[in-house]
Amino acid sequence: MSTPGETGTEAWPLWEVFVRANRGLSHVHVGSLHAPDADMAVRNARDLYTRRNEGVSIWVVPADAVTTSDPDAKGAFFESPAGKNYRHAVYYTKSEGVKHL
Amino acid sequence: MTAPAELSVASIDEHRDDEAQARFDDLIAKDSRIEPRDWMPDAYRKTLIRQISQHAHSEIIGMQPESNWISRAPSLKRKAILMAKVQDEAGHGLYLYSAAQTLGIGREEMMQQLIEGRARYSSIFNYTTPTWADMGAIGWLVDGAAICNQVPLCRASYGPYGRAMVRICKEESFHQRQGFEILLELMQGTDEQKRMAQDAVDRWYWPSLMMFGPPDDESPNSAQSMAWNIKRFSNDELRQRFVGMLVPQAEVLGVTLPDPNLTWNEERQAYDMSEIDWDEFHEVLAGRGPANAERLRRRREAHEDGAWVREAAAEYARKQAAKAATAA
Repeated sequence: MSTPGETGTEAWPLWEVFVRANRGLSHVHVGSLHAPDADMAVRNARDLYTRRNEGVSIWVVPADAVTTSDPDAKGAFFESPAGKNYRHAVYYTKSEGVKHL
Repeated sequence: MTAPAELSVASIDEHRDDEAQARFDDLIAKDSRIEPRDWMPDAYRKTLIRQISQHAHSEIIGMQPESNWISRAPSLKRKAILMAKVQDEAGHGLYLYSAAQTLGIGREEMMQQLIEGRARYSSIFNYTTPTWADMGAIGWLVDGAAICNQVPLCRASYGPYGRAMVRICKEESFHQRQGFEILLELMQGTDEQKRMAQDAVDRWYWPSLMMFGPPDDESPNSAQSMAWNIKRFSNDELRQRFVGMLVPQAEVLGVTLPDPNLTWNEERQAYDMSEIDWDEFHEVLAGRGPANAERLRRRREAHEDGAWVREAAAEYARKQAAKAATAA
């Protein structure tokens, strides 16, 4: 299932836009836009999402090329980590008071 | 023989909807966010599509009263500022169209609704901008009212709408300040410039108060929008808050707000004000404002004049893709 929004009927397809705010940070999804092709999508993304130095790098991805998890199966799909709190450091309390642990 | 089977499928669907409704209600009760692929009541989806697309249209139409002054701005600096502001408004329109699009409606369809006159936009943009001081009054009063309305929308229950609003609000504060500065400069100028600033404030004050919508007892959809956490404060609450912010700002500017009954009410800890002329509001809303026809005509022309560009770009993309496919 792709990201929401692509209707498949518009003259220009929908692109999802990801911006790296600064060196050392990941690209983060900022929104979407319409563009006829990838080059124009990058240019439009620059004009639309980085008018105030919000980014140093941009990714654009056709919305229909994104595969997402099934939103209806949310509970079941993300069930596995539930009840496995031993995956978190706070589960281990016996080391309390011991330094650098 | 098929009847019982259909019945049971229908009842399973109904059961699923009940469960989905309960999950939706729970998210709203916890003041969490609804995301695009979540189940949502049809009425919630429709309300959001209407509200977000109207908001997007307002930004797009809102470019017109100001772009009118780009070529005549009094200095290169003011010209650059005005261009940046109008460009922001185009951007805001696009953020909002994208947010609405996640609810299952295409931008082309929304644009079509606008140019065919089937969609609404804020009636404030149907007033004309005859003087440079109007750029100041729009920034200070119209953008000020918009910010007052929009800040609570950053917490709207629909995720993409709230996120678009966060981005918009950040950018709007420059709009209001530059408007205030235009008026301040005029108020420190010649008598003629002062008169021009006051005249613009006189014309924009009441329409900007109307931007908050009808009084609470005549706003039938407000209660539901508030129950859904789309709207956080009532029209009258926000209007009151806005007037409270304007009064000290008007003092700094040295302009008079055109309401003889505007007085501080110690008991209510709020300003009393005159009754708003709602007949004017309804006239403009009904399409009989000073510039309704002109705004739509201009939008339609721009859309039609740009058709060849959109088509050429799509065709170029198609040919390049075909070329790449043959080469591969």
